[in-house]
Amino acid sequence: MMARLQTTWRMPDLWRYTLRHFRVGIAFVILFVLLGITVSLNPRFFTPAVLTSTSNQSMTLVFAGMAQTTVVITGGIDLSVGPLISMSNSLASTLFSETGGAFNMIVVVVVVLVVASLAGLVNGLIVVYGRLQPIIVTLATASIYSGIALFLRPQPGGFVPDVYGDLLTRRVGQLLPEGLFGEQPAGIAAFFESLFNFIPASFILLIVVLLVVWIPFRRSQLGMWVYAVGSHAGAAYMSGVNVKLARISAYVLSGLFAGMGGLFLTAQTLSGDASNGEVFTLQSIAIVVLGGTSLFGGSGGVAGTIAGAFALRLIPTILFFARVNPLQQPLWEGAVILLAVAAGASRIFTVRRWLDMMR
Amino acid sequence: MRQEGLNMANTPKSTLRDRFSNMDRENRSVVISFSMIILLIVFGTLFITPNFASPTFLTQQLRIASFLGIIAAGQMAVILTGNIDLSVPWTLNLSAVIATSVMAGQDDRLILGIASAVGVGVIVGLVNGIGVAYLRIPAMVLTLGVNAVLKGVTVVYTGSAPQFQQTPELLSKAATETLFGFLPIAVILWAMVSLFNYLILSRSSMGRKTYAVGNNEIASYLSGVKTSRVLIMVFILSAVLNALAGLLLAGNAGRSFNEMGDPYMLPAIAAVVVGGTSILGGSGKYMGTIAGVIIVRLLDGALNIVQVPAATKDITFGLVILLMLFLYGRAEKVRE
Repeated sequence: MMARLQTTWRMPDLWRYTLRHFRVGIAFVILFVLLGITVSLNPRFFTPAVLTSTSNQSMTLVFAGMAQTTVVITGGIDLSVGPLISMSNSLASTLFSETGGAFNMIVVVVVVLVVASLAGLVNGLIVVYGRLQPIIVTLATASIYSGIALFLRPQPGGFVPDVYGDLLTRRVGQLLPEGLFGEQPAGIAAFFESLFNFIPASFILLIVVLLVVWIPFRRSQLGMWVYAVGSHAGAAYMSGVNVKLARISAYVLSGLFAGMGGLFLTAQTLSGDASNGEVFTLQSIAIVVLGGTSLFGGSGGVAGTIAGAFALRLIPTILFFARVNPLQQPLWEGAVILLAVAAGASRIFTVRRWLDMMR
Repeated sequence: MRQEGLNMANTPKSTLRDRFSNMDRENRSVVISFSMIILLIVFGTLFITPNFASPTFLTQQLRIASFLGIIAAGQMAVILTGNIDLSVPWTLNLSAVIATSVMAGQDDRLILGIASAVGVGVIVGLVNGIGVAYLRIPAMVLTLGVNAVLKGVTVVYTGSAPQFQQTPELLSKAATETLFGFLPIAVILWAMVSLFNYLILSRSSMGRKTYAVGNNEIASYLSGVKTSRVLIMVFILSAVLNALAGLLLAGNAGRSFNEMGDPYMLPAIAAVVVGGTSILGGSGKYMGTIAGVIIVRLLDGALNIVQVPAATKDITFGLVILLMLFLYGRAEKVRE
């Protein structure tokens, strides 16, 4: 009997080591391979216009993925990411006023981010103090948040100022005052002009968010706690980590990122729609896994997720340029996602013994 | 004998309250969820419409609930092992689409249709099961990906050349008509599935193993349970039941169409959990799942009657799930 138990089954060490420690790196490898394929199929990919539209199309997904990542790191899961994006989108589209100007815009952004963070806080409080499983809690709150979204915006529409959309979705060069670099820029000025003309504003936004929100959080004690809790909640508790605070803060951050996703979606579509965000829940889980964050918690991070989001967004682009029959596109897309995600999440490659896989 | 007599004398007469609080967690959740059904019916009768408790309305609700019930039965088996099946929508859809085109609207080809639906279910279940059991891909991720692939397959299958989409009359009758004027055939089918599921989960070694794997897979493996085989079996069970539900849903609508499975996945999971099954696996009663399905259905039915906006419906649905969770889904208080 005992002889049949595969307790000594082993993976080659180097393989295991590579896959365990470089999963985030693998996400970037996948991204660069896909980028290479895209460029080879469409040499015009690296023109400002194409780059900007690709960046814009990916950005909501990036934020959705970041929202999912923070919760997944603690070992939880957030099924309310999509509905929260819808809710933020609907809220923004009802708050913008046609005469408000810049002040109104700032107020709307702040209010939406606060509301989304509060929604995340509610998730966290219920999970932590209700002692309930995250997947079911967020399934329930997802229903509540999409209800609120529908309540705010029963029909698609609403007003979103064009300026707001332009600010987030155009290129940096287009936003700078004309003639900033002189009539006939030369030398360093010309370089900067062409550089700014190349960079999508959404890219700058992402970098700002990383610098202002994610990196300070990751480097703070709280950020360390979040990883500790995901790695082993019991050990973290024994080492004096405030487990409850860490969990709750992950959900709040998740809500904040989802709110940003909703705000970006608003800029991109220039309207509100209570069902716009639904697709992002499941996609965010896929890209978190693609980005090398373990669903068991305690490892990974936002960098891989961003690579995963851009990679996921490139797949339909590649299929389009490869002239794949549009009818077959969902199939290929699904197959690529399944393969990438399955390979990334499969534990057969990363554990030493068969028994470890059952943990 | 004397011992027993002594005990009888010493213990106070057991009240209903005592019996309830002495119940284990699983049974208590079944009692609570069935009380919730009664509460819903009473509430509906008092505040919504006197017809709420009428046999016509209730059997009609039961008929609609049976589709969800068949899906939830499979989902429950998967959840009991501590996994989850997110490939419900397109397993259901693909099998319905393939079966309707195989049957081509003819009653005598119904058996072929059922066979092809079951075939789709077995294949999907095998893929899910092998991925989870041997490749050790987290079920949530794997079934999500499989769902995306199945969607692609369905689109390729239906898109290029329009397939035959009408369902045979016999199938439509099975999904919509009643026996003896009051017993919907769909409910009978749900009852048969339920009986099968109950026998498997509570009266067979397979069921024991399912609970064991959900509680502690390593321990089960080391005590000789072929855990991988158990995982594959529950995924096949889930996928086949999804496929059959797809067939019935096609019969109910009179045709198969894309995205017909989308509204069923999350309610099925909600029904299983509302019925007291732990999402972590290892505990839960099948009776609870039946109650959960009826609760989800009655709630929907009640909100449909008062014609509240979709927003209110979503919010109420979420709040009720949370309420049920607070009643019995909470983890024990432990120091982390």
